[in-house]
Amino acid sequence: MNYQEALTRYQHKINSVSSEEMVLNLGPQHPSTHGVLRLELITDGEIVKEVIPHLGYLHRCFEKHAEALNYAQIIPYTDRMDYLASMNNNHAFVMGVERMLGIENDIPKRVEYIRVLVCELNRIASHLIAVGTYGIDIGAFTPFLWCFRDREHIMNMLEWASGARMLYNYIWVGGLFYDVPVGFEERCQEFVAYFKPKMKELNELLTDNQIFISRTANVGILPLDVAINYGCSGPMLRGSGLKYDLRRVDEYSVYPELDFEIPYAKGEIGTVGDCWNRYKVRIDEIAESLKIIEQCTEKLTKEHKRTPDFDPRAKAPKKIVPKAQDFYIRSENPKGEIGFYFIADGKSDKPFRVKARGPSFSNLSVIPEISKGVMIADLVAIIGSIDIVLGEVDR
Amino acid sequence: MIIDIVKEILIAKFGDEVIIAEERSHLQPALVIHPNFISDVCLTLRDHPETWFDFLSSLSGIDYGVEQKKFGVVYHLSSIIKNHQIVLKVMLENDRDENNLPVFKSVSTVWKTAEWHEREAFDLLGIYFENHPDLRRILLPDDWEGYPLRKDYKTAERYHQIKIDL
Repeated sequence: MNYQEALTRYQHKINSVSSEEMVLNLGPQHPSTHGVLRLELITDGEIVKEVIPHLGYLHRCFEKHAEALNYAQIIPYTDRMDYLASMNNNHAFVMGVERMLGIENDIPKRVEYIRVLVCELNRIASHLIAVGTYGIDIGAFTPFLWCFRDREHIMNMLEWASGARMLYNYIWVGGLFYDVPVGFEERCQEFVAYFKPKMKELNELLTDNQIFISRTANVGILPLDVAINYGCSGPMLRGSGLKYDLRRVDEYSVYPELDFEIPYAKGEIGTVGDCWNRYKVRIDEIAESLKIIEQCTEKLTKEHKRTPDFDPRAKAPKKIVPKAQDFYIRSENPKGEIGFYFIADGKSDKPFRVKARGPSFSNLSVIPEISKGVMIADLVAIIGSIDIVLGEVDR
Repeated sequence: MIIDIVKEILIAKFGDEVIIAEERSHLQPALVIHPNFISDVCLTLRDHPETWFDFLSSLSGIDYGVEQKKFGVVYHLSSIIKNHQIVLKVMLENDRDENNLPVFKSVSTVWKTAEWHEREAFDLLGIYFENHPDLRRILLPDDWEGYPLRKDYKTAERYHQIKIDL
């Protein structure tokens, strides 16, 4: 059998474009591709006829690494997948291992609340990057600076808790690296109080900006059925009008005890499923995350207060050897459904196989479908609205 | 349980030989499907009003080890409307020869998201998918040799005169 048949077909297609068409490479060094993504465009003048994405410039083969390391050692590698939302990756991975060990109900409540607190902080940081860089993609420079200014506060807080700015390795199987530092909860409350008016400013500057709306509304419309069929998740799916969030569907960790809404696109401006609606879902999610943070800090200072003898590593197993089984864990990352599929052989402390399902990977796969026949400038708007992180696409 | 409903639907439509085995002892029950039926099974489960598995969460290629001489694909299906999940598995014996890859039927006609997942499985594990519209390597360069996620993979010394250091 000829396994190279598709490659020959692709090469033939690129070599035989007609004289009025042009093959154009967008990336891998183009800033609007948000990393090292290369999009090969077949264009007719300003119109994009076809998009062929090329990935893998950042491929490290996380899955091969994972097979050679024990479970605790893999956690830092999950940090490097979606490096803008490392806490959420840690959380998903750790939850999966805990369920395989059957210790998920032994985790102290305080640990769970701290996990949710840092995850939601990280979600805000990730969405701030998405919003800020989206602004700069289509020519709004100021929101980028504002978003990075506010994100810096979150980075400093998470650095205070974990010792690292971006790649935390903070959530451990059975517990945490350390308890949060003294005064962390209060600082979170201060941050919420500081950040709320800033979000209002940002909305005035960008969300309701007529130029921004003209660039994003009714551009790159992703119908709901296409979104589901392409495995889109997270703000992509909610931006297409479906109220679906794994934090509510799977009710993992302490999310059932928290009061928050799931924002989804209603099409106030433009059409449901367009770039503006996807962007708006992220803005609304920031507000919901702030609500969660307020509730978590409330719980952490009252019900599940810090006690001198509290040890966040008390339930952490010394050696992690799950029974022979396979298990798929999914959870809601800022970008969508992050999943880990484990196969444990029951004998060793290293997994037999780990497959990571990155939300950006599936979200990106819809690009050739929704960008047929758009202008090149609109393609930039579409890529930005998907909010990909190449560290996770390529793994 | 959803696994019983799925089993009933599949046996009624395809007969007894469609399900080879079932795994119920694990946290997530799984059905091992006969490889010949997998794309039809997926289409049936997607469109049946009782199952509605409209979302393919993940598709993983598996190398079951050098001694086992066996390759497999694991499908994690979930239904957004019905809020249930199921795991399907297919397996094939294979002699690990790179000129004789294990061949499964593609499910990219059922869920478009499978297209990239299958390309990834082809790229990293050397699992070939029949009727796939565009089965090229996805993460590695087109001229890469070998399939890195195979358990017996040996890293090449050089790639285009670039030394591969480990």
